[in-house]
Amino acid sequence: MAHRVTGAVDLAGYRRDDVDVDPPSLHPSYVATRTRAPKRPLVPLPHTLSEITGPAYGHERIGELDHDLTRQHEGEPIGERIILHGRVLDGDGRPVRNTLVEIWQANAAGRYLHAVDRHPAPLDPNFTGAGRCLTDDEGRYRFVTVKPGAYPWGNHPNAWRAAHIHISLFGPAFATRLVSQLYFPGDPLFFQDPIFHAVRDPRDRERLISSFDLEQTVPEWALAYQFDVVLRGREATPMED
Amino acid sequence: MGLPPTPSQTVGPFFHIGIDGWIPSEVVSPSHPDAVRLFGTVRDGEGEPVIDALIEIWQANAVGRYAHPEDTRDELPLEEGFTGFGRACTDDDGRFEFVTVKPGPVPGRGGQLQAPHIAVSVFARGVLKRLATRIYFPDEADANAADPVLSSIEDADARSALVASEEDGGLRFDIHLQGDRETTFFAV
Repeated sequence: MAHRVTGAVDLAGYRRDDVDVDPPSLHPSYVATRTRAPKRPLVPLPHTLSEITGPAYGHERIGELDHDLTRQHEGEPIGERIILHGRVLDGDGRPVRNTLVEIWQANAAGRYLHAVDRHPAPLDPNFTGAGRCLTDDEGRYRFVTVKPGAYPWGNHPNAWRAAHIHISLFGPAFATRLVSQLYFPGDPLFFQDPIFHAVRDPRDRERLISSFDLEQTVPEWALAYQFDVVLRGREATPMED
Repeated sequence: MGLPPTPSQTVGPFFHIGIDGWIPSEVVSPSHPDAVRLFGTVRDGEGEPVIDALIEIWQANAVGRYAHPEDTRDELPLEEGFTGFGRACTDDDGRFEFVTVKPGPVPGRGGQLQAPHIAVSVFARGVLKRLATRIYFPDEADANAADPVLSSIEDADARSALVASEEDGGLRFDIHLQGDRETTFFAV
């Protein structure tokens, strides 16, 4: 087909020079990757309109209490109440505004409200463990939740996941879609957690650890942790074919 | 170089509690006159169904317009309520299903039209970083043959595996994470 179309179709793509921060597909000590990691090399995909656009979804569906995981039931969940907040930035440090942030997590005892979770720790009738919100004009998000517990997961003998909260972001484009996990400072379980260690560079791993934030602590009420997210940066100019 | 991005981590096995349900797998209503059922099974390298995969699709509308501010082609109408985004979790048989419409063609780089396609993200336990692939359409043989992205895949079987097949009045697109029939995944 020799069709040509007019309009601003050759928009700037997203940077590809920093993808090494991500874990490799195959990380054998994380056993599930052995049968689930693709073995063929990824095929380079030019950034067309399909990759430069992406869903802006959920905005009209976010409920008033979706960001507060401690107020989604009749009573308050058991556990250490925390404020989890941070900014979503692009690769140039600019705020990513009005973008959907989703989190999900285990309860304070280390148990997920999920049929597959067989950890013999109690469920909490006042805790679902799922939250969502939109970033504000400065790219800020804020959740109220309880600190998740560690839990065993059978990957290797006496394997325990370091305490973590799952976080999902869209950003402006298909190319900026990110699902990650955030951790807590000083966790004694890091050394044996192959999911955390699948990120190769210790400096990159460090960026998955939230920081204790005394400033945002609410006295007599809750401690605060800060976790900033950086989504992929954009090329300055459209790439040539 | 700007700020280094936040590294990816696996979605894990428990994402349903936060992810499932609130964003529908029906991009359009099943009663839409052009509704297409798009379904498939996700399998691992041993051929076992992947029962804890999250599949997302992103697409243009029927005339090839994305519901996104950077698609500025105002000559192509947007449709009220059409987001172009859907989410589905695989079931106990590793099966997922969407209801959507076939997108129109959209421009590629240099202005050449791409064959109609749907962008797909695959997340799962054991998948440390989002896997990206594309679904093409079986009634677009000429456009598929000319598509710059499909053409960049050297292996003919791998190329044709990105074209959905007609089955049970819908379109079937299976995803193989690993193995002889491994799906082509893209470096986005």
